[in-house]
Amino acid sequence: MWKGEGFGLQRLPTGSRVIYAPEPFDALEDPESAIRHALENPTGDSDPLSAQLRAGMRLTICFDDISLPLPPMEAPDVRQMVIEAVLDLAAEAGVDDVVLIAALALHRRMTEPELRHALGNRVYDAFAPSGSLLQHDAEDPTQLVHLGVTEKGEDVEINKRAAESDLLVYVNINLVAMDGGHKSVATGLASYKSLRHHHNPATMRHSKSFMDAPSSELHSANWRMGRLIKDAGVKIFQIETTLNTNTFPDSFQFLQKREWEWNLKDRVTFAASSRAMNAAPRKVTRQILQGIKAPHALRSVYAGEVEAVHANILEDVWAQQGVAVEGQTDIVTMGLPYISPYNVNSIMNPILVACLGLGYFFNLYRGKPVVREGGVAILFHPTRPEFHPGHHPSYIDFFEQVLTETTDAVVMSEKFEEAFATDPWYIHLYRTGHAYHGVHPFYMWYWCTHALSHLSKVIIVGGDPATVRRLGFHPASTLDDALEIAQDVVGIAPSITHLHTPPLLLADVS
Amino acid sequence: MDRALKEIIRNDCFDRLRSELGDSFSEQIRSRVSAVAGDVTSEMLGLDDAGLDELSTCDTVVHSAAAVSFDSPLDQAVEINLLGPSRVAAAVTEARTRAEADGRTGPSHMIAVSTCYVASTFQGEAREHLLGENRFDVAVDWRHEVTAARRLRDDLEAESRRSPIQDEVTKRARRELGAAGSHVVAIRAEKLREEWVRQQLVDAGTTRSRALGWPDAYPYTKALGERALVEAHGPKSTAPLPISIVRPSIIESAVSEPTPGWIRGFRMAEPIIVSYARGLLREFPGVPEGIVDVIPVDMVVADILVVAAHGPEPEEVAVYQVASGVRNPLRYGRLVELVQAWFTERPLYDDQGQPISVPAWSFPGRGRVQRQLKRATAGIDAVEKILTSLPLRGKRAALSSDLEERSVMAKRALGYVELYGSYTETEARYRIDRTLALFDALDDDDKILFACDPATIDWDRYVSEIHLPSIVRHARVRTAPGTQVMADRQERGRKAVLAPERQLAVFDLENTLMASNVVDTFAWFASRHLPKGARASFIAELLRDGPQLLALDRRDRGDFLRTFYLRYEGAPVEQLRADSWELFAEQLLLRSYPEGIARVREHRRLGHRTLLITGALDVVIEPFAPLFDDVICAKLGQVDGRFTGRMEELPPIGEARANVLEEYAETHGLRLADSVAYADSASDLALLEAVGFPVAVNPEARLATIARRRGWLVEHWDRAKGGASRSLPLGRFDEARPGAPWRQIGGSPR
Repeated sequence: MWKGEGFGLQRLPTGSRVIYAPEPFDALEDPESAIRHALENPTGDSDPLSAQLRAGMRLTICFDDISLPLPPMEAPDVRQMVIEAVLDLAAEAGVDDVVLIAALALHRRMTEPELRHALGNRVYDAFAPSGSLLQHDAEDPTQLVHLGVTEKGEDVEINKRAAESDLLVYVNINLVAMDGGHKSVATGLASYKSLRHHHNPATMRHSKSFMDAPSSELHSANWRMGRLIKDAGVKIFQIETTLNTNTFPDSFQFLQKREWEWNLKDRVTFAASSRAMNAAPRKVTRQILQGIKAPHALRSVYAGEVEAVHANILEDVWAQQGVAVEGQTDIVTMGLPYISPYNVNSIMNPILVACLGLGYFFNLYRGKPVVREGGVAILFHPTRPEFHPGHHPSYIDFFEQVLTETTDAVVMSEKFEEAFATDPWYIHLYRTGHAYHGVHPFYMWYWCTHALSHLSKVIIVGGDPATVRRLGFHPASTLDDALEIAQDVVGIAPSITHLHTPPLLLADVS
Repeated sequence: MDRALKEIIRNDCFDRLRSELGDSFSEQIRSRVSAVAGDVTSEMLGLDDAGLDELSTCDTVVHSAAAVSFDSPLDQAVEINLLGPSRVAAAVTEARTRAEADGRTGPSHMIAVSTCYVASTFQGEAREHLLGENRFDVAVDWRHEVTAARRLRDDLEAESRRSPIQDEVTKRARRELGAAGSHVVAIRAEKLREEWVRQQLVDAGTTRSRALGWPDAYPYTKALGERALVEAHGPKSTAPLPISIVRPSIIESAVSEPTPGWIRGFRMAEPIIVSYARGLLREFPGVPEGIVDVIPVDMVVADILVVAAHGPEPEEVAVYQVASGVRNPLRYGRLVELVQAWFTERPLYDDQGQPISVPAWSFPGRGRVQRQLKRATAGIDAVEKILTSLPLRGKRAALSSDLEERSVMAKRALGYVELYGSYTETEARYRIDRTLALFDALDDDDKILFACDPATIDWDRYVSEIHLPSIVRHARVRTAPGTQVMADRQERGRKAVLAPERQLAVFDLENTLMASNVVDTFAWFASRHLPKGARASFIAELLRDGPQLLALDRRDRGDFLRTFYLRYEGAPVEQLRADSWELFAEQLLLRSYPEGIARVREHRRLGHRTLLITGALDVVIEPFAPLFDDVICAKLGQVDGRFTGRMEELPPIGEARANVLEEYAETHGLRLADSVAYADSASDLALLEAVGFPVAVNPEARLATIARRRGWLVEHWDRAKGGASRSLPLGRFDEARPGAPWRQIGGSPR
């Protein structure tokens, strides 16, 4: 079981249920020709890409940022493969006004090595020196365009270059079911003004879950915006991909196997690596873990019209990750790993811990949450009050100034959000450094609202007590203690389900 | 009169009167009290005609001005204690002459307050006699003592300005303040020189006094003062004046008037008792059966009033002693028992909020205690010296200033042991027959109003219920568990710094807002484009120069920067400018102190202007600029897009910072008295002193000591926990984009 930057064995009470991720599907044998095939045989109401390219046009290629996939995949990254294929076609058609944009939304700007990893050196060196490789800047009014307001009053404001191009090609990686579709452009290329309409406590609370499109308010809002973008005349050629769940390299393969199936090699590598990690300085452990590159392989690729492409992709994602789960449980337990979408090459701070457990893992369901309403979530993570001052500066102030006063998402959104979102120093760091936007910690907290209103208790085993209490949760030193603490809610013989992830899974709860 | 209102009438001594009189208090004071400023060290008290006329309207003159401190410099004690009474008498005589010329009587009685201890340290009974009538007196001509003391002051002043003393103090000032700038060092050196002269005079006073049989300069000068007074204005003199002398023993907290426990100035044995209660002092010298002759202040006042009412004795200078030793002795052993019992019941608390248990008091000789204390102070001093010479910062540096406080405390206790030691060992017993005779002559009502018979004191009650509570109330000690006192002080300091009416907050950068320095940033820039092979020799080169650079930095920061920045010679400006954003994001931000950054932002939120003053280069600072309203930093000259390595202007460091700040404040119409400055090092002293609210951030040992002494707010800011920066401040070499290294590695800078 993962416990932050380390893992260990954890005995669960007899009768506990463990949900494992499905075996990874086989990789595509020839990903490059699969990509080319998809570009030329689009899904839905769309011409093949080559037919849409002509000399003298403005072409913008946008791509998902560092938050996908997790962990970062072994080179070549799927974005590199797709973009190289797109660029080959563009070159053939004689398109020379091509700009690449990382669709950051309010995430941190990627560093040069990160961009090189996602795009490959060839693409990077061809575009970066001439200034044609951009990162979306949600705070540069000169580079944003307001496209209109949806029927629900939501502003749609996105990247100007992307919106005003003759063709916008979006290159996506669909790691979980909430990625992709209209969210790619409507969120990835949007401004704070636009994002706040769906990144707020009310929307998040009514997204049950984010992974289940028809029940997700977040999804609906993005779809309204996406349609408005389309109606505004922005021409989008959407390319979506799925990866298999081959998450860990050879040396960590045991992490994605059922423990009782471990062979001798797994046992030995587990014993050696878990001990080494516990003994090594934290800095070293962090470096090793953040250095992990996943052997994810391309599983499917579709291109063409946004909604049609996305429908196909969702099917594939569910096929790979879906697990049928019978009935809800009193207690759900989960070991939180070292990584979340927002701390790649960084530090998992306490707010991200809450978000990973309650925002992401809790929402990995369709139908009903794995845990019953009024149940208890038990997370395993050290939850140290550690922050990356370069990546998460506003998180530090959020932790010190906001969480000390309230953990109520609605209260904080009314009282603090605006000040953080418009703070000139955070904006400066977001635009020029590698910092998440000032408002980002609020969004992380909002992600948790559905879980927080559903659960009656959140317990973090092994968490730093003061930090866990500041988050509004209960610290416990062992699982037994945690079960003791949970007793007043779930009684002495609760049903327990453990979510064995990563690799990612999607629980289809009946 | 205004000064008297502010400095005297406001004292809590008058609180009772104030509440009794209510609204009419100020009016009564104004109509019934008149104040005239006089100076006992000047002839005629420096009074002008109006002053002397005012004096001529008095009937009785009480002279109680004295330098009572045991460590007064000799010449000062001589001027005040020895010559003071005669000068007052001369002024009173003059006032009398003026009154008589007007056909009035003028002052008809002068009461000089002296001390029982003028009787020197001889054993036996000291009667209420004038000096000279006692067979133990050493015949000393007070005039020679005055001349010698004045001359000694001149000699010492001269000597202190010559080598070796002058050199020594300058050296010490530099050691304390380091690269703070020559002006600041000069000011400190001058202060140290004055301190040296003062200490020499104190020592000389003690030496001379002891040689003549008095415990220290106070009774010695008071004794000679009595003698001078009687000689010039006694019945047998050329200008006779009706004089009485009142001699109290050690004056202590009041028994009842104006309120129990009231006293102005120091309290009996306060430092010793506090040292003991804090566990710093385990023993106190003295013999249990010895007498501690103290007298409550209200009894002394009552006695003076009784003497005034009684009037002068014809043809005699009457002496009245006010002391408890004969009539109602407080035995030393009993005092110790009471103190011990009291603190056992109500312990003080240490820094960790733990109660301090007081040791059982043995009664060793004075020598043993002094040796013990001297050993302790020497030990503390030695450790302190080592600590201040180490490049410590923040909490570890605070340890050294903590030690200093202990050392000051121990030294003070040592001083008091010396002082009180000789007093408690004085086996003289002060008779008070004349005082009692006056008291007995009072009617019954007056006996209650003017209680000056020490027989009425209940010492157990006095010590436990009046004296010790008042000591604890006034000493800065913890009387409750928990660390609240410190937290409160921090909180108050922060509140003051963040008050809305502050106008400007100025910040130093390195080690105040981030753990980085000019060497780090240079190393990063220079290595950013170095291929792998050259990195090792670059590091080696930097390490080789390290100690030399550190020494230069400690000596003079300006010279250090000038020398160090030469290394930038030939560096391409644009490349550095581009790299600086990477340096900012990948290095400086990671080494920043989030609490510091939050503080800057808080000042801005409060509408204070914020200013960064740093010796760092403008290219380095550029990404930080938006954090502040303004930035003042060092700039290098440029030729053909490359740095020359020479600074364009004087860098804003050391003393220059204060000047730059003053200029800035003036330009923007800001008041420095209402401004805040944050810095980490003694070299920023000028900057910190320039503002009304200095804050020492992670201070190195020297600044920690200064901040502690002056009660400045000290902040300990740290890098974000789990900090993710590289340990070596080196730029990331990027094979795909090598850029241009500009330095020849392996050689010295061009």
